[in-house]
Amino acid sequence: MKLELRGVRKGYGGVEVLHGVDLTAEGGRVLAIAGANGAGKSTLIKVLAGAVPLDGGEILLDGEALTLRGPEDAQGLGFRTVYQELSLVPQMTVTENVLLGALPTKRGLVDWSAAHARVRALLEEIGFADIDPRVRAGKLSVARQQMVEIAKALAVEPRMLVLDEPSAVLAGTDLDRLFDLIRRLRERGVAILYVSHRLAEVMEISDSITVIKDGRVVDTLTPARTSEDEIIALMAGRRLEQIYPDRVPEPGKPLLSVRGLSRDGVFDDVSFDLAAGEIVGMFGLVGSGRSEVARCVFGADRPTSGTVELDGAVTRFRTPGDAIGAGVALVTEDRKHSGLVLGMDVTDNTTFATMTRISRAGLLDIRRRAANVQDMIERLGIHPPRPEIPVRHLSGGNQQKVVLAKWLLTRPRVLILDEPTRGVDMATRVDIYRMIDELTREGVAILLISSDLTEVLGATDRVLVMRGGRLVAEVGSADTTEDEVLAHSVGVAA
Amino acid sequence: MTQQRTSVVLDTDSGEVAGAAAPASARWRVAVPSPTVLVLIGAAVAIVVVAGVTNDSFLTEGNMTNLLRQMVSTGLLALGMLLVILTGGIDLSVGSVVALTGIMSAGLVSGLPLPLAILVAIVVGVLCGTVNGVMVARFSLAPFVVTLASMTTFRGLTYVYSKTPITPTTPDFLTLGSQDVGIIPIAAIITLAMFALGWVLINRTSAGRALLGIGGNREAVRLAGVKVRRHLVLAYALSGLCAGVAGVILASRVGIAQPSVGQGFELDAIAACVIGGASLSGGRGTIGGTLAGVVLLGLIDNLLSLYDVQSYWQQVLKGLIIAVAILMRRGERQNT
Repeated sequence: MKLELRGVRKGYGGVEVLHGVDLTAEGGRVLAIAGANGAGKSTLIKVLAGAVPLDGGEILLDGEALTLRGPEDAQGLGFRTVYQELSLVPQMTVTENVLLGALPTKRGLVDWSAAHARVRALLEEIGFADIDPRVRAGKLSVARQQMVEIAKALAVEPRMLVLDEPSAVLAGTDLDRLFDLIRRLRERGVAILYVSHRLAEVMEISDSITVIKDGRVVDTLTPARTSEDEIIALMAGRRLEQIYPDRVPEPGKPLLSVRGLSRDGVFDDVSFDLAAGEIVGMFGLVGSGRSEVARCVFGADRPTSGTVELDGAVTRFRTPGDAIGAGVALVTEDRKHSGLVLGMDVTDNTTFATMTRISRAGLLDIRRRAANVQDMIERLGIHPPRPEIPVRHLSGGNQQKVVLAKWLLTRPRVLILDEPTRGVDMATRVDIYRMIDELTREGVAILLISSDLTEVLGATDRVLVMRGGRLVAEVGSADTTEDEVLAHSVGVAA
Repeated sequence: MTQQRTSVVLDTDSGEVAGAAAPASARWRVAVPSPTVLVLIGAAVAIVVVAGVTNDSFLTEGNMTNLLRQMVSTGLLALGMLLVILTGGIDLSVGSVVALTGIMSAGLVSGLPLPLAILVAIVVGVLCGTVNGVMVARFSLAPFVVTLASMTTFRGLTYVYSKTPITPTTPDFLTLGSQDVGIIPIAAIITLAMFALGWVLINRTSAGRALLGIGGNREAVRLAGVKVRRHLVLAYALSGLCAGVAGVILASRVGIAQPSVGQGFELDAIAACVIGGASLSGGRGTIGGTLAGVVLLGLIDNLLSLYDVQSYWQQVLKGLIIAVAILMRRGERQNT
């Protein structure tokens, strides 16, 4: 199978996003697509999925012109797409989600045992036999949901599989299992398009890499004959001198102390300190309890036992509002689900956490609000710089900047960032690391939760490692290796 | 979505550099109605012109006053309904609250001074709304079910209070509903004032933004420190307040309080919000749109009566007009 895009153009509301993209995907090969935010990756994926019509150019399948009138057409041809945003129905079981609309029947009734067996076999095939097909999809962790999503795409043998940022929620062994799967699919002759910001992965898994920038293909490279630096330079259109700022750890006085914090069935007896001006990383596989610890510290969930001390005094945050008032901020891991109100504009989203502060007698000071928002748009380089645009229309990286802006406006003393660079392009990531570094100079304490090993070591002063709901190790970022941290996180002595 | 487009155009018209004049564009945006509202206003004007030309009794003072008076109930209920709809909820109980507060004000006025009787009735309305709000917020029950139950309960309480219609003993009771300032009924002035307050609430207070945020993404605003439950209770309580005011005014206009009054009022209120661009899933809706929806519905009712259309056909036509209005909005949304 050979799929070619020739001069594909696509725009929305008069703004062209793809300016004539040429691309070739072949059966039995993994093509990676790399590009910064707003480069047009998402639009390209939608074109391939038949989700949006073309404005110009053509798609050729084995040399013959092809018209995709809708997602059904694409699926009928065996083109499967796993989007970055999960599209499972949380109230339905894994089986129902995977076989949605194609449940096996016997005498007109759904044959549940056959259905579950079928899905179990699929999950086994993708290396996730530990997922129970009878469980509701919403009960699974995001990483597990992602795998269910992939199982769904494989329910009908695909000819082409498009994976949009699959590693955004996967880490460690989960990612290895995904790569095994990709290699098996490649041997079976499936064409694979792997879209990712994470260049280490791209280099590892792909046969060729197409870099797009501003809606155009810049170059197509072979991993053996290129380097991460070269790709980054192509993506950014400039050479990024240094990804992580140089840090000389100078922890000030302790700000936040967590003592024996537990939440039944989620995590147990977690204790750590954060000092002013310090960046502490927290690493752990998905399900290790990292995000849950953060939520409890922030008052979003109730701990079963344990205390949180701020400035040496025990505090009890009963609601996020209490935590915000005390100077603690939490950037949650899933911005669409818990970070943004997508239908509302940049102004509202930027000021949700501070709007009561800029109110007098209940009335918003709208001049001050506009000034604050403008300030943040400039400081974080939110693009386009229009406060009245619904955040739904912003790219992933800019949405993340809006979330950051919301929390920076609260002037936090303790800033907890849960996967702040997920689905964010390299140039924006560098901006975020730089911003975090600057905050520490003002005495802010940072807790950076991440499943990206390179990031968790590169951007922090020391790293806490969690495994199975417990804090199992603490290492200095400069004195350790990725292997050591990973070993701690999976419980193998380094 | 549609609003943003307007302001983009304004920015370029006034030659401002993108984003450099945020406060100015924020103010502009408010001054220019969204296309939805403009379409509705256009439709209303067209109806008025056609009706004025073809029907002699339409543009008379009497009919105009009457028309305004008829819009008051739907208007007040739609205003309260909008606040609830913004949060992603719905309030089916408002028709029953109209009956309960109406009959209580008419009954109480025989024993209490007029202002106090009215106040008590309105407070009862607020309490009804608060009960709805607490059930929805504290016990996380579905608004549809909660207010369906309370719709029946409040109607029952109305009959418990009085099985027969009550004629208020104080003639002054009728002032609120039947007196005019010039040709404008006092009740219409009150309604407009409440819409103005509603506009301020939604656009200029943190509580108003919180209501929209709750409807858009409840978890996100909760994590931003917004007290979600408190704001939900507020929305339903204000809906009760609006229904209370509507109930008193209606009893005062008719001159007799019926325990059976107000059935189906909630549907007109919801229709007005939806025609005006509110989304029943929450997070979207405007005061201007809702007001335009109320006016359009009022005009349709008034005209169909003037043309002596049989009341069954009135219902058919009204239903069709609502459907068309919503279809038009759908097309508009897809274009943006």
